[in-house]
Amino acid sequence: MGWSMPDATTLGTSAAAADALDVQDLDIAYRVRGRDRQVIRGVSFRIGRGETFGLVGESGCGKSTVALAVTRYLPSNGRVRAGAIRIAGEDALAMDAVALRRLRTRSISMVYQDPGRALNPSLRIGRQLAEVFEVAGVPAAERLDRAEAMLKRVRIVDAGRVMHRYPHELSGGMLQRVVIAMALAVDPTLLILDEPTTALDATVEAEVLDLIQQLRQEFGSSVLFIGHNLAVISRMCARVGVLYAGTLVEEGPTRQVFAAPRHPYTVGLLRCLPQAGLSKHETRLDTIPGFLPTSLAGLKGCVFADRCGLARDLCRQEEPPLIALPGGRFSRCHFHEEAPALPRATPPSPPKSTASRAALRPVLRAAEVSKTFGSALTPIRALHDISLELWPGETLGLVGESGSGKTTLAKLLLGLSAPDLNGVIELDGNKLAAAAVKRQPAELEALQIIFQNPDAALNRSQTIRRIMSRPMRKLGRYRGAALATKLTALMGHIRLAERYLPMRPRQLSGGLKQRVAIGRAFAGDPRVVVCDEPTSALDVSVQAAILNLLADLQAEQGVSYLFVSHDLRVVRYISDRIAVLYLGRLMEIGPAERVFGGPHHPYTESLLAAAAQTDSEGTRRLHGEIPSAMNPPSGCVFHTRCPRKIGAICETQEPALIQREGDHGIRCHLELDQMGRVAKAELEQL
Amino acid sequence: MRFAQALAYRLLLAVITLVLLSIIVFAGCQVLPGDVGRAILGPLADARAVAVLNHQLGVDQPLLLQYWHWVSGMVQGNMGMSYTYRAPVGPFIGHALVNSLKLAGVAFVFVVPLGILGGVVAALRLGTWIDRAIVLSGLSATVVPEFVSGIVLIMVFSIWLHVFPLTATAPNSAGGLTQLYYLLMPAIPLFMIIFGYIARMARAGMVEALASDYTRTAVLKGLTYRQVIWRHVLRNALLPTITVVAVQSGYLIGGLVVVETLFNYHGIGGLIFAAAKAKDFPMLAAGILVIGLTYIVANLVADMLYSALNPRISFGRRE
Repeated sequence: MGWSMPDATTLGTSAAAADALDVQDLDIAYRVRGRDRQVIRGVSFRIGRGETFGLVGESGCGKSTVALAVTRYLPSNGRVRAGAIRIAGEDALAMDAVALRRLRTRSISMVYQDPGRALNPSLRIGRQLAEVFEVAGVPAAERLDRAEAMLKRVRIVDAGRVMHRYPHELSGGMLQRVVIAMALAVDPTLLILDEPTTALDATVEAEVLDLIQQLRQEFGSSVLFIGHNLAVISRMCARVGVLYAGTLVEEGPTRQVFAAPRHPYTVGLLRCLPQAGLSKHETRLDTIPGFLPTSLAGLKGCVFADRCGLARDLCRQEEPPLIALPGGRFSRCHFHEEAPALPRATPPSPPKSTASRAALRPVLRAAEVSKTFGSALTPIRALHDISLELWPGETLGLVGESGSGKTTLAKLLLGLSAPDLNGVIELDGNKLAAAAVKRQPAELEALQIIFQNPDAALNRSQTIRRIMSRPMRKLGRYRGAALATKLTALMGHIRLAERYLPMRPRQLSGGLKQRVAIGRAFAGDPRVVVCDEPTSALDVSVQAAILNLLADLQAEQGVSYLFVSHDLRVVRYISDRIAVLYLGRLMEIGPAERVFGGPHHPYTESLLAAAAQTDSEGTRRLHGEIPSAMNPPSGCVFHTRCPRKIGAICETQEPALIQREGDHGIRCHLELDQMGRVAKAELEQL
Repeated sequence: MRFAQALAYRLLLAVITLVLLSIIVFAGCQVLPGDVGRAILGPLADARAVAVLNHQLGVDQPLLLQYWHWVSGMVQGNMGMSYTYRAPVGPFIGHALVNSLKLAGVAFVFVVPLGILGGVVAALRLGTWIDRAIVLSGLSATVVPEFVSGIVLIMVFSIWLHVFPLTATAPNSAGGLTQLYYLLMPAIPLFMIIFGYIARMARAGMVEALASDYTRTAVLKGLTYRQVIWRHVLRNALLPTITVVAVQSGYLIGGLVVVETLFNYHGIGGLIFAAAKAKDFPMLAAGILVIGLTYIVANLVADMLYSALNPRISFGRRE
């Protein structure tokens, strides 16, 4: 190249007119076993200067592929077959290695899902951050100072100390701040955020999203925000594009698109979410029937036609164009005016509860259960004096941040881990042995679990038939014809066709696998099923179907659930009562509507505020990290983060779990009328 | 401070391992053969002669006492008397160990860098013919036994082309370079066997590191290809290779019976083999113990190196 590079100022002015990102008719395919497999078809969208654009869709829809293509980081078998990507007016697809590096250095940055993996594990934070400045041509003497200054800009308190840390020494929220600092260090034109808070706790997520909002205004960057969480997208993005099977099916201002969707897929997606104030007793969630098309090649007509309740002949023969609607909106549906009238795929009324609900005693009772890990010198008190009851046919939701002890409690109840000696766990009034191996078969049958990740929970080398019938053989001693009858009945209960029986888990989709896992838990007619985040690895449309199934099974069989989840919307839909854990202590327990509506514990209040995403002033937001269980705060363990702390009493005296009106226990020094309530508007958000 | 503590702890573990090894060796070499005198003198020997020999050797004493004598001798550097040579074992072992270290050293100097280089290049050219050539040749070389490759080498380079000497043992007065010259050809079969392991391990580590999110972060920072590889990929990629190298070093020092025999070289592998054939139990026991020690030292060094290069694993922390 003979000519000199334009200096920064002329580059800035000449590019100012151009959009930050302009994607036109993008067509991407992956080469799999010698054949092209199309993953993105004809996707176009633009992000103007300073704009935030959200790309939303379920797994497999191609969101991340778009991001990879924009950063020119497609895997070696991926190829852009047609279309154009222009970043700040420059053709990204035509760039040679040098131009591409310049683009990456100056114009685009990316933050992705797992901050723990985004940083080099064997280099110190300071060095990794300084490298950004090195590439940008900052003199060596200034780099470390600039890096530290950047850490301060992402509100890292002890920036100097963090500079010398290795990634594994920092928490997830802290790491994501570092990654954001790295991304913004060179003041990029376009910042791509690919599920930046999915791996974080709700409270940390709220903080990180706040930070991104503030920094975006400070830096004036344009943002491409990729996500599956509609609430997060609607909070962060002015415009949104809905991606389905590699196709952009709807686009427009976020508020309007989510308030009045004009594509059946968007309508269906929004209906899958649990609605405010409606629990399993009032309604079933709507679902999207069917599956993503397996191949996009040779597809005639609309990509969504097979799953759409409005589809007719035209939809199957002719692909709809992206139709422009008033208000800067677009929909790829022939009948976009009818979209809001999409018929429900699942009837809204719950089945009549056939199980009797009257009971004299709880099915499961834990009394003063504690769990201490570590040695006698450095005890880590993971659980501290937990007492709770689970009644027949009810769901007890268990919520709290990571590290609060949710999973530990679940393990103790199941006998997978032994509690400290003084605790008692009872099933139907009979004391259970601490270890599962010492429990009776009937007791094992009565207490079952559904794990978060069905992939890890199901044996890959066994058929579905074997996985489901083994507990029947082992625990119920079913054989021959009795076993076959039982298996058929079970498949009916979990709404899984019998043709899946000879298959292996890998041949099933995530939702079907979770159905199998549920079937396995129900194989022995359990009394109590511990559900450990059973839907958090699933897409919302699949999640809806699984929650419906769990609710139906409960109505039919009167089983009780201990439902562990960090998603408060889900917990609210499925739970009758809710228990809130913090640092291994039960902070609050009571009927779901009371715990949600308040007056409630300040910690519950903060969790709700973080989940509702409406607390724009951040007054009730939790700051900082959950303290270490090795060295818990004195007095009330929550006082270090409490937004309603009274004074010295909170630091010196641990409050008791006091029963307030209506079977509602709260561990707090405050009087009921001093505690917070959730405003009606906020409750709507949940 | 923490490092010193951890080192002390690991050394203690090493000593315990050694003690256990010594018990096994003692059991195998002194106890299991039963009547040592009979084993040496043969089935036709006079019973009285056997008893006299047993008494001379001290093997008619109680086992615990025998073990104590043996171990305390070992600790003081007295490895016992060879039955075959009627001379102290120590100098034999020492001489053989030095020889083995020389041969292993020559093989190591070539195979470690080249193996890593091969693995790295293969990973960087993943799926191309270069990758396939490196993986395939490494794999095929590994499965060729030393006695096949060794004999072919001798046939071609010594007997036919006269480029290398028939033996690995250089004349007594030889200087360093001459010794190196004599050791080159015997090192080739060893190279062939180990190259594949190291290359495969390095390749797997590289492939994983190249696909990682932190490598993507580095690329998207705008670093050059070279910077990404040197600063972010290599160090994380090559950690697992260290362990493989440590395990192979034990083999290189103690397991070379075939190569040493073939090239008429007096290393510790050959010494043990000869001792076993001649029922020279003190020699055998001392030899095995020395090899065990080299394994322990190699692994200890590898662990320390691993933790020094990997901040996630501090040498002092035990999970």
